[in-house]
Order: sequence, then structure tokens, then C-alpha cells
Amino acid sequence: MKRNLPLIFAFICGIVVVASDFIPHRPFNLMIDTLQNWFMIIVGFAILLGQISLFQSNIYKIQHKVSGWYYYLAGLISFVIMLVLGLLWGTQEYQGLLGHGLAVQAWLGSKPFDYLFDNAYLPLSATMFSLLAFFVASAAYRAFIIRSFESNLLMITAIIVILGRTSFGGMLTSWVPESYSFWHLPNLSDFIMEYPNTAAQRAIMISAALGIIGSSLRIILGIERSYLGSDK
Amino acid sequence: MSANSNSQTERWIIFVVLFVAVALPLVFPLGLKTEVSDYTKMAWDLIETTPDSSVVIFSFDCDPSTMTELQPMAESMLYHAFSRNQKVIAMALWPQGVQMADMAFNTVKTSFPDKQYGIDYVNLGYKVSGIVAIQAMGQSMEEVNPTDIAGTKYSEIPMLKGIVTIKDIAYVNSLSSGVPGIKEWIMIARDTYKTPVTGGTTAVSAPGFFPYINSQKQLSGLLGGLKAASEYEMLIGRIGSATVKMDAQSTAHVLILLFIAIGNVKAYRAKKGSKK
Amino acid sequence: MTGFMSTLGLWMAVFFTFSIFSFLYKDNPLYKLSEQIFVGLSAAYWLVYTFFSMMMPNLIVKLSSDFKGNIILLIPATLGFMMLLRIFPKTQWFSRFPIAIMIGTSAGINMVRYTKSDLLSQVSATMINPFAAATTSAIIGNFLLIIGTICGVYFFYFSKKQEGMSAVPSKLGIWFLMISFGASFGYTVMARVSLLIGRLEFLLKDWLHIIK
Repeated sequence: MKRNLPLIFAFICGIVVVASDFIPHRPFNLMIDTLQNWFMIIVGFAILLGQISLFQSNIYKIQHKVSGWYYYLAGLISFVIMLVLGLLWGTQEYQGLLGHGLAVQAWLGSKPFDYLFDNAYLPLSATMFSLLAFFVASAAYRAFIIRSFESNLLMITAIIVILGRTSFGGMLTSWVPESYSFWHLPNLSDFIMEYPNTAAQRAIMISAALGIIGSSLRIILGIERSYLGSDK
Repeated sequence: MSANSNSQTERWIIFVVLFVAVALPLVFPLGLKTEVSDYTKMAWDLIETTPDSSVVIFSFDCDPSTMTELQPMAESMLYHAFSRNQKVIAMALWPQGVQMADMAFNTVKTSFPDKQYGIDYVNLGYKVSGIVAIQAMGQSMEEVNPTDIAGTKYSEIPMLKGIVTIKDIAYVNSLSSGVPGIKEWIMIARDTYKTPVTGGTTAVSAPGFFPYINSQKQLSGLLGGLKAASEYEMLIGRIGSATVKMDAQSTAHVLILLFIAIGNVKAYRAKKGSKK
Repeated sequence: MTGFMSTLGLWMAVFFTFSIFSFLYKDNPLYKLSEQIFVGLSAAYWLVYTFFSMMMPNLIVKLSSDFKGNIILLIPATLGFMMLLRIFPKTQWFSRFPIAIMIGTSAGINMVRYTKSDLLSQVSATMINPFAAATTSAIIGNFLLIIGTICGVYFFYFSKKQEGMSAVPSKLGIWFLMISFGASFGYTVMARVSLLIGRLEFLLKDWLHIIK
């Protein structure tokens, strides 16, 4: 029961979804409607499970004093503060359990949750990803080396696109006559993106779709069952 | 000096030069012009030709990490939609998208002080489970969005009268920085319910979406990255933050090309040296 | 007080920005601290929005306002609680039921949607008349599109060893993929630089007031 019943559940859900696409009438449309609404609620709990899991993992690291445990403590404290403030006074859009906290807002200038979002979450998130600009520049210097015909193709395309997507690209080839406008760098860059790039991306897309369709079928038919975990 | 510390120094030099190359044009703008590409024009055309009073969806499927690219797009497209008198439903498939939507609306509303919440625009908030939520909106918008973010019931929001399913939406505009995002909207809204889909995405994911702009019209134009955002600003005649930042973007691109050139010269010399 | 708090907020943002940038020098305690704070804030943010925008309107409010009319929602709520039982080793197996429902539903949706959007529509979009285009460059482009797609898909066909003449389309496929990767690199450069511009704009504008 612990293994086979979930497999039957997965099979029924998968079949209902597929059938409802071909027979969009009763009872399938009602079944899919209900299933989708249930799905969204279950996902809500799944997100909660994820956060509990993170909480547990941090507590474990702190309790066992693993290397750098104080960083995990800081993570845990920030999690609790943001969560409590969010639930008590809500967010810019939502009312919290204690209402909108007008007095706190007057003191802070915004709700505490939004204050943390604007001044901590936003800069952390944006800066974290902006670091990659430096690493891309470093990678361009170190790894973008001419080695073979294929690497030449890669590099020439990259150079055209990098230049074509700037204002300099247009300026550099602004002297090209109208009849040769194809060679104008922004146009050449657009051509590469519209045709050869699209061809390759489409090939990847078709191949990946075949893989996804295959693995979905394996899940529905119960051949792929690793998501159930082990019996231990 | 060891090879390792040499390489570390090179890294730091690259970092510092890039930092300066990006900062300088922000302080001293060059005023470079940009050219409009076909895909940006297609997105503009969709919004431009959608009739007055149509109800449209702006889905903020992004987070603050990509706001430099996506926020100017969101603001320009929202400005365009408002100027065409379209009624905008804001929603988000990413939780952080709700705040991004607020920021965009707050900025654009300064140009349209008469626009009223509930009549001209509404925010339905974050929807979990991406593709399933969109698919469910194909059966009933109200079921997925029982209330807006203020807690007002769907049936009591004036601009949503007559909007039963996603088929009643004139177009969907997804500002997307990953999954769920444009792809999910194409799969359900466009390919299943025939609602046109357009959008803006980060430059890094744009090439993967180009196959959807095809004879099947799966995607009606796409804004990819800051350059496309500045192109859109040019199309609507409203110079915004993307246009201002394009100078720094252009300088950094040229610098990176320079790094590639220097790297290749260095590699060539090393190869020649080792042969000798 | 608001003025002080907004200044404090600004300095907090500056502190976090430089803490993350400090990683460029080397991994250090400030970066590690900021990284963990980011993880904590991120997780809490996700949870708060899930609670207010999903669990409240779609479950809690519905059940509290009209319990009898929405009694069926107790089923997904129960399944949700079964999902939470995963945290205890002895009751872990309960979570298999909601997981199976999620996986089965997702598999069904993926199967149908990917077949339509990423397989059939893409194949249809490749079956075009290349000569229907208005300009010579578009006609050449259409040919490249058709050849590139077929050769690219052929390259991903691993069931048979590709040698001799049968390796030619595969080789062509690789060339198209290389062009696409080059283009993607160009776009990646653009994306990453944009993010850096955003942060520098914050430092120069909001913090130092050097630019307007």
C-alpha cells in the first residue's frame, strides 16, 4: 500500500490531465478543475515543508557547531525576523495578523517587512547576481581562445552579437550603404539571432521535448518511481 | 612572482577596469543612440493595436536580481498600455514579482494620475505552482484568484466584470526571469487558449525564446535585455532608465571584446613560446 | 524618526552591497554572513507571500467563510498536512500520496503541453516555404533555419553511431549549436553587465548622489 497506492494516484492524475485535454467536457473538465485547485493548495504546503526543512537544517548545524555555525545562526535569525514581521503586520499589499501597523509604519516609513525587502533583500539579491559580470569578463579573457573551427564559429558569433547589441555597433558600420544593409552590425546580429540561433535552439527544444514526453510517460505508467524514495 | 599570483593580479585588474568602465559613463553620459530591432517592434505593435478598454495581463515573473533589465521594460510597456487606455491585471508567478509590480505601477501612475485601482488596474498577487495556475485560469479566473491583494472579492472588482477565463484577456505580457514565466504562458495562454503572448526577459534567457517567434505566432515579439528595454523607450518616446544605462552597457561590451583580444594575443604568444 | 530610519536603511543596503562585492577579493566572513542572511530573508519572503496570496484566499478564507460549501477543500488540506509529515522519519511515507498527485499531474501537463508547444508547433514552424520571404537575406535565413533545425535534431540522435556520411549532418548540427552558444554568450555578457550597472547606479545615485 505504501508504494503501490501512490503509483496508482500518479497514474490516475496523469491520465485525467491527458484525457481532459482531448475530452474537454464533463466529467473530465470538472475533474481537472478540481485537481488543479488541489494541486495549488498542496504546493503551498510543499513550500512550507521546504522552509521547515531549511529551518531544521540550520538548527542542526548550530546545535552540532559545524564549521561556520554562526553564519547559519545569522541566516536563521533573519528568517525568523522577516517571517514574524511579515505575518504580524503584513506586506505593502497584504494586511497582517495585527492589521497594517500604522504606528510602526509612521516610525519606519514603510511596513517592517517592506523595509527589510527594500534595504536588505533587494540589494543582496541584485548584488549577488551582478558579481557574475566580473566573472564573465574574466572568463572572456581566459577561456575565449581560438583553438579550432568550432571555437572560431563561437567566438565570431559572440563578437558580432556583443558589438551588435551596443550603440557602438551601429555607429561602427553606419557608413555601410543601404543596399548592403545586411552587413550593418545590428542587422547582422539580428540575422544571427533570428535564423542560425533559432535553428539550434529549436533543435534543442525539440530534443528536450521528446525527452520530457518520454519521462512523463514513464512517470504516469509507474516505470519511473524514484520520486517515492526508498522504503528504508 | 608565481604564475598563480600573476593570474590573481590579472583577475583583479580585469575587475577594477570593468568597474571603472561601467561607472564612468553613468557619471558622464555619452548620449549614444540605439536602433530598434524587429522583435521589440512586434511587442510594441501588439500593445499598440489592442483596442481601448481591453483587459490585459501583466505577469511579473521575476525578482529583484534582474530588476535592472526587467523593470524598465515593465514600466515602458505599462506606460504604453495605460496610454492606449487598456485595463491592466497585474499578477506574479514569482512571489517577489508582487513587489516588482508595485514598483512599476507606482512609477507609471505618476504619469497617469487619473487611473483608478479596480477600474483601470488591479493586482491579483502571487500565484503558486506556475503552469497549473495558468491552466486553471483557463477554466476560471475567479477560482484561482478569489480576491485581489486587498482582499476584495473577484466579482466585486469593476474591471473584471466579464472576465471569466483567460480567453477573455486581450494579451498576456510576461516579464520573466526564469521558470515559471514566458514559456508557461506560451504553452497555456497562447497554444491552448489562443490568447496572444508577448513579454520581456533577461538577455541571458532571450535566445532560448526566439524559436517561439515563428509562423505559428506562439510569441508576439520579445524584449531581450536592457538594449530591448531602451528600444521600447525609444518607440514610446519616453526616455527612461534603460536608455540612460545603455552608454555604460556599450562601453562594457567594448571592454569585454578588448579582454577577448588580449587573452588571445597572450595565448598565441604562449603557444609560440612553447613551440620554440 | 522616519528620516533616520530611511538613512539607516540606505546604509544597510550599502553595507550588504559591499559585503557581496567583497567576494571579488576573496571568500570572507562578511560575504558568508550576507549570503546566509540572504538565504534566510529569501525563504521567509517566499513563505509570507505563499501564506497571504495562496493559503489565505484559496483555503483559509474559503473554509472559514463557508465551511459547508467548501468542505471538499479539506481533502487537499489533509494531503498538504500529509506532505508536512515528511519531516518525521516514521511518518515520511504519508507524504508519498501528495507527492504522487503532484508528480502525476505535472507529468500529465508536461506531456500534453510539451508535445503541443515544443514539439508539434516547432516542427510546423520549421516546415515553411523558404522562398516565401521578401528579401534574399530572409530566404537564405529560412534555408539556414530548416537545415540547422534538422541537423541539430540529428546531432541529438544518439541511438546509432554517427560515422562516414551519416556524420555530416551531425557535424553541421554542431556548427549551428556553436553559433547559437556564441550568440548566447553575447547575450549573457549583456545580462550580467546590466546587473552590475544596476548596482553601480544605486551606489552612485542613491548613496553618493554623484548622478541624478
